[in-house]
Amino acid sequence: MPERFSFARLYAVMLKEFIQLMRDRLTFAMMVGIPIIQLTLFGYAINGDPKHLPTVVVAHEQSPFARSIVSGLVNSGYFDVISTSARDSDADTMLAEGSVQFAVTIPADFSRRLLRGERPQLLIAADATDPSATGNAIAAVQQLANTVLRYDLTGPLAKLAPGQPPFDLVIQRRYNPDGVTSYNVVPGLMGVILTMTMIMMTALGITREVERGTMENLLATPVRPLEVMVGKILPYIVIGAVQVCVILTAARLLFNVPFVGNPALLILGVMTFISANLFVGITVSTIARSQMQAMQMTFFFFLPSILLSGFMFPFRGMPVWAQTIGEALPLTHFLRIARGVMLKGNGIVDLWPHLWPLLIFIAVVLVIGLKRFRRTLD
Amino acid sequence: MSNISAPAVDVQDLTKRYGDKTVVDHLSMRVEQGEVFGFLGPNGSGKTTTIRMMCGLLTPDGGSGHTLGYDILRESAAIKREVGYMTQRFGLYEDLTIRENLDFIARVYRMDRRAERIAGAIERLGLQDRAKQLAGSLSGGWKQRLALAACMLHEPRLLLLDEPTAGVDPKARRDFWEEIHKLAADGITVLVSTHYMDEAERCHRLGYIAYGRLLTLGTPAELIAASGFETWRVGGSGVNALVRELEGKAGVDMLTRFGNDLHVSGIDGAKLATAIAPFRQRTDLHWEQSAPQLEDVFIQLMSQSRDNFAGSDKRA
Ligand SMILES: Nc1ncnc2c1ncn2[C@@H]1O[C@H](COP(=O)(O)OP(=O)(O)O)[C@@H](O)[C@H]1O
Ligand SMILES: [Mg+2]
Repeated sequence: MPERFSFARLYAVMLKEFIQLMRDRLTFAMMVGIPIIQLTLFGYAINGDPKHLPTVVVAHEQSPFARSIVSGLVNSGYFDVISTSARDSDADTMLAEGSVQFAVTIPADFSRRLLRGERPQLLIAADATDPSATGNAIAAVQQLANTVLRYDLTGPLAKLAPGQPPFDLVIQRRYNPDGVTSYNVVPGLMGVILTMTMIMMTALGITREVERGTMENLLATPVRPLEVMVGKILPYIVIGAVQVCVILTAARLLFNVPFVGNPALLILGVMTFISANLFVGITVSTIARSQMQAMQMTFFFFLPSILLSGFMFPFRGMPVWAQTIGEALPLTHFLRIARGVMLKGNGIVDLWPHLWPLLIFIAVVLVIGLKRFRRTLD
Repeated sequence: MSNISAPAVDVQDLTKRYGDKTVVDHLSMRVEQGEVFGFLGPNGSGKTTTIRMMCGLLTPDGGSGHTLGYDILRESAAIKREVGYMTQRFGLYEDLTIRENLDFIARVYRMDRRAERIAGAIERLGLQDRAKQLAGSLSGGWKQRLALAACMLHEPRLLLLDEPTAGVDPKARRDFWEEIHKLAADGITVLVSTHYMDEAERCHRLGYIAYGRLLTLGTPAELIAASGFETWRVGGSGVNALVRELEGKAGVDMLTRFGNDLHVSGIDGAKLATAIAPFRQRTDLHWEQSAPQLEDVFIQLMSQSRDNFAGSDKRA
């Protein structure tokens, strides 16, 4: 007569895993540290809000307006003007070699045409190789255009001030004309971090028991596969939740990512997504023969998740075959849920189309895992 | 179905292959309830594999059997509940404390009065002061005792101990055997595997396995009698020279050094007497007929079986 599922045994496994996890300081530190490090690195690299970007100003005229513009740029915090006496050719070279991020060109007859109300051009050339680095700075310049000359254009000149900016801001994104929408990345990053850590930690779960020789002992007890698998992942759901809190706090403090939706819905999405990843991990660990193999399989799953989920490349821009693979990956659906809730304020009705694929994914992976879990040492 | 009077272990023709290597070969044996059964054999002879099949952890490729009356193929869940299996390699969690390990086992077996049982086990171990110590920090002997306590926690009727004394110092080994006999006195059947020949004498009955085949089965006295071995013990200053002279002589099947003594053994008593006759009168030797050692018997069995295997290889 086979044993029935027992919550007492499930609890026993969970408790044991939790103690082991807490005792493994390095792993535990990694679980909390990885999100912070990745978010800081990735976040700034991909989508940060970097300030004090080196800027060269090519001033073809020295005028109060030109000076106001330069100080306006500096005061915005995004620009560090390293030279105001460069020539056009110098600026081009500096941009090309990457020693400056921006080249601002004030044309020769700027003041004259401004005063005539001819809306002269102010040219800002940006090295947009990494669009995320320049995105916020450019946004700041656009703000600035409206206000920078407010104090210069007083008295008789006040008629030039209202309405549209008194000059025409021409922004040239060099090297990468399309920018990336900045807020998209933090929810995506949350998904990527959860995918990586959740799968990696649990993928080692069963192979570790095999390699340490504790599996034989475990199998000799009445514990059942489902109890082992679920018991091993439950502590990590807590860890995942901690990671999410860390990421969201950091997103708020470091990147000012807005949160317009219902937090409860995000929690629902996050929990479903975490479970999906944990079951992938534990299933990997029932298949892998060594911890090394488990790591390799984790990366085998991780790479398409990053590349085809819409995190790296816009989903609609991918070929159909890649979209098909993408639809089968939990990260794809999580990205839609997280972005939907955080940025668009989606409700449950909007989210359901992305939630059920996750549930099906969990069911399929769980069945594979249970089938693969060897109850004997054969 | 479990049967109170059934033998503790009763297997027929158990066979296990890994690839084209037959690791356990048509092994049949019985372990009666209440006995301490020694399962002897050199490393790699198939002891662990056999024990795993007996408790339902490995599926045999052939044969059948019952453990505590439960079918080893179909009723492994019931076997797990009533058998205590101590793995050859330390199977508890090194990163859990002694108490946490015992608590885990107690929970997994869904035992009542958990705290009481664990406290009792720790007290019997004499580890009250170290209950909060990580299992990984214990010495080999203590690990062994902890593992035994863990597999006794659910009060099994049968203990399967796989090389429990391997790598343990002699004092701890002796204590361990005391413990095993105490358990047997309480009515628990114990099957213990070992490759230490000197532990054979401590068992009620023995099975000797080599190359996956059970070569012999019986009480220590039966095994010695059945072997037909005669042994002479030789002492004196001429022993070293004697070894070279006796080696390969017809009738002399085995020469074993025991400290300053030499054991000269043979299956055929008459032939052995003829072989040693020329040396009996030497003044630097003194001869004395002695009881054959189990160890000699096993070594003889093994070399015979190796010949058999070599023979079958040639035929194949
Ligand atoms: N999982 C396995 N895969 C392949 N060979 C194995 C496996 N387990 C054991 N063996 C082989 O079976 C033989 C018997 O092993 P084992 O039962 O562990 O012997 P013992 O316990 O007597 O030392 C050895 O030669 C060993 O290499
Ligand atoms: Mg062994």
